Amino acid sequence: MLVLLALPPLVIALGQPFYLDLVRRIMILAIAAVSLNLILGYGGLVSFGHAAYLGIGAYAVGILGFYGVTNGWIQWAVAITASALVALAIGAVSIRTSGIYFIMITLAFTQMLYYLGISIAEFGGDDGMRLNAKSQFAGLVDLNDPVAFYYVVLLLMLLAVFLTYKIVKSRFGMVLRATKSNEARSRAIGFSPYPYRLAAFVIAGAMCGLAGALYANHTNYITPGLMSWQQSGDIMFMVILGGMASTAGPVLGAFALLLVEDLLSGWTQHWQVILGPLLILSVIFFRRGLAGVLYKPDA
Amino acid sequence: MRMPIRSLVAGVAAAAFAFAAPVSAQQKIKIGFITTFSGPQGVMGQYMKDSVELALDHLGRKVGGLEVEMIYGDDQVKPDVGVQVAEEMLKKHQVDFVSGIIWSNVMMAVMPVVTGSGHIMVGSNAGASPLAGSQCNELYFSTSWNNDQTPEAMGKFLQDSNINDLYIISPNYQAGKDMVAGLKRYYKGRIVEEIYTKLGQQDYQAEITQLRSKNPKAVFVFLPGGMGIQFLKQYDQAGLRDQLPLYSVYTVDEISIPAVKDAAVGIYETRYWSPDLKNPANQRFVSDYRKKYGKLPVFYGAQSYDSIMLIDSAVRAVKGNVKDTKGMVAAMRKANFNSLRGPFVYNVNHHPIQNFYLLRAEKVAGGDIEMHIKKTIFEKHKDSYYQDCKMKW
Amino acid sequence: MTFALLFEQLLNGLQFGVMLFLMAAGLTLVFGIMNFINLAHGSLYMVGAYLAVAATQWTGSYVLGVVLGLAGTLVVGMIVEVVALRTLYERDHLDQVLATFGLILFFNELVAIIWGRAALFASGPAWLQGQIDLFTGSRYPLYRAAIILVGLVTAIILWYVVTRTRLGMLIRAGASNRTMVAALGVNIRLLYTVVFGFGAALAGLAGLMAGPIYNVQPGMGELILIQVFVVIVIGGIGSIRGALVGAIIVGIADTLGRAFLKPLLGTLISPPAAESAGPALASMLIYLLMAAVLAFRPQGLFPARGG
Repeated sequence: MLVLLALPPLVIALGQPFYLDLVRRIMILAIAAVSLNLILGYGGLVSFGHAAYLGIGAYAVGILGFYGVTNGWIQWAVAITASALVALAIGAVSIRTSGIYFIMITLAFTQMLYYLGISIAEFGGDDGMRLNAKSQFAGLVDLNDPVAFYYVVLLLMLLAVFLTYKIVKSRFGMVLRATKSNEARSRAIGFSPYPYRLAAFVIAGAMCGLAGALYANHTNYITPGLMSWQQSGDIMFMVILGGMASTAGPVLGAFALLLVEDLLSGWTQHWQVILGPLLILSVIFFRRGLAGVLYKPDA
Repeated sequence: MRMPIRSLVAGVAAAAFAFAAPVSAQQKIKIGFITTFSGPQGVMGQYMKDSVELALDHLGRKVGGLEVEMIYGDDQVKPDVGVQVAEEMLKKHQVDFVSGIIWSNVMMAVMPVVTGSGHIMVGSNAGASPLAGSQCNELYFSTSWNNDQTPEAMGKFLQDSNINDLYIISPNYQAGKDMVAGLKRYYKGRIVEEIYTKLGQQDYQAEITQLRSKNPKAVFVFLPGGMGIQFLKQYDQAGLRDQLPLYSVYTVDEISIPAVKDAAVGIYETRYWSPDLKNPANQRFVSDYRKKYGKLPVFYGAQSYDSIMLIDSAVRAVKGNVKDTKGMVAAMRKANFNSLRGPFVYNVNHHPIQNFYLLRAEKVAGGDIEMHIKKTIFEKHKDSYYQDCKMKW
Repeated sequence: MTFALLFEQLLNGLQFGVMLFLMAAGLTLVFGIMNFINLAHGSLYMVGAYLAVAATQWTGSYVLGVVLGLAGTLVVGMIVEVVALRTLYERDHLDQVLATFGLILFFNELVAIIWGRAALFASGPAWLQGQIDLFTGSRYPLYRAAIILVGLVTAIILWYVVTRTRLGMLIRAGASNRTMVAALGVNIRLLYTVVFGFGAALAGLAGLMAGPIYNVQPGMGELILIQVFVVIVIGGIGSIRGALVGAIIVGIADTLGRAFLKPLLGTLISPPAAESAGPALASMLIYLLMAAVLAFRPQGLFPARGG
């Protein structure tokens, strides 16, 4: 099965180099969507501030590079750790609330980070900052090679899906999902949802931070816009569209949304007038998202 | 776990087959033009595209004597989308040139991608300072300006007019701060207050109230796009337009005037170009633009028109051999075309050395409101960053 | 800082708050009664502004333009509800978010296709131009004073409807216990459509009043939408009283923050630091406020739901 997966990308690589970049970008955002699905789809935590970790991961790479630290291992480790820490801080405060209030609080934190990002001049502020060199993994892989980079992203995406799958199927995951479907009952059995949710939140944040680091390497340019609520909304839509029924659903959602966007914007500048109703129709007819269309969801 | 993989394969395979690769013959030249078409800023992109189309009409739909295919891209005001669009143009459509781009942050992301692939980029709006300074590039040419030049001109005018007690309002982001820095490079008078507003802010009543309480003699603003339209309306409604002179940059232009009408009358701007600039190329451009589109062109469009003419002059010079990049660079440096701003000379950093004028929005017979040139402030002005550029030629 | 300045800024804050209230009232009702998250509320605001501008141009009269604009928005709102949203009431909030986001994209482009992307010219009527003299000696734009008046009058009308009429009783009942209301035999579908239409009309009113001072352009709704959400979270979901109080608090806090935060900070820390910290803090202020309110009263100030 995994071999099947590796073949199509090879085909594209031989034919049209542009698609390598397109699919790579989609896969990076898919990692972000998968991480959000862990807390949103399985944990019931609707975080409108998830893009913050994309930004933190990206800026970790950017800022370290700015100061001369280009070692990929260090950069990515910092990206993941920083995101995890921020997630811990934000989560500790936000998870005490629920429902719309949780959404708004996570949104508020992201907005604050975004406005903070715009006003700091050293790192370009709103103009953003350029990445002078990609993360260096001496000897192991050269990210400047588009194909090598592509496979790195592919590998990491599969790992993200696999990791999420394992978490969801584990005892920890079961408690998490229980707290989503019936919080009162899980409390009655003796599980306090708070630590489980917080842990999931931190893991999701860390994973998204990695996506951010990859993103910085992909575009070679980092702007605070990565942390905006619109970006959070985009990731959320990928998760919802793809279907929260499965661990790979978000990947489908990412591919669907971004490919359709690319295709439609080639046709007409008014592509949003088509995309809008498409989204509405997909919500009305695909009750479990796109993943629900292709196969039966796990419970 | 098998299921997700299957659907993943389905998705990726579908993508692979959905896009057949178009292969084109090389008897024509392809130019990619990146701007913004979606969202409220899409109006600027539309003006730029209209001007490019007019340029192509004037050239008989041939650039440098060759058939031309223009490929337009929408950056959605996002640097990463801009990069994706540029990559699509370079790798999928195999364009020979990339031009356009409104926003500095998008430009900073896209320029290295285009020049890194060995192609020439002609920027037709964004004027980020590093591109005029330390990051100047042999393959990057600008037909617009450096961001700081326009407020520098305003600063000089205010300084020379001995205007004191100036109140400054600008949005709190990089360009907003750069504009004020440019102003202060030439303006040494007394500044009452410097206010940085939120990017995208709609309501300025609080700032206007504050402003009034400080009793300034003049107000300077940089509020591009929607921000400016709202500010102008509110400034007028507060009764200040007739009482307190307003000097702006990138705020009052042919796009914002129809949205505010009388609220723009009497306001000053500085710019390198105006529809009423008197030279044959510009007069033809403005009157043909009016005939074709029913309105006045805006400076974003004038720059885009010039970018096409610049590319045309380069292709002509190498007699259609677009693989001769060195030859085209040499030709572009000569800037042997009739620019809408009059005489056009490049500085060592591939940014134009040009005049800057004081403009005022005035009502003409018939009720329309137009920008008119009042005086020349700078002649053959160089930007402040060229000395950081290491290029020599 | 003089009293006159402070008073004028308070007025500004009140006016901004009133606009937020008109938007928040509709949104909180729809959320509270129908348990429906409507991201496209901002689009109804935009539709109101556009229809009013178009109607004014067509009929030549401002008043007619307002009436037609309001009626038009009401109709559009009800059509949207019947056609697109009915099927979504039973669905997950997230599905509603995605679907209404699709609506936003659709409306923004539709408006751009019909009227173009450039901002439309919208002006108030001649009899609302000019300024009035305040008792403090400063002058205040007449149009904004009119907005405050209209907003307060609307608030009073809403209060009357909600507390003194049968419809209002149904609305309040629906906000605190929807299933019970349906069980009692009330035509829930009709109630929903009416409530949604109400909300749409209120948003349209806010939009057409905003036209002359803000921009009439595609996407104008999204700019104000986040602030409206902050208002209903602070005020409490489903409560009109909460929407009013929340809106005024947010309006005044935001306005005063922008006006006075930097000078205030300048007295505590060095002026250059206050230069950058001031505006940054001012933009974050309403979010900090919301976080603070939620820390003490997680359900908002006046939650409609019992228990």
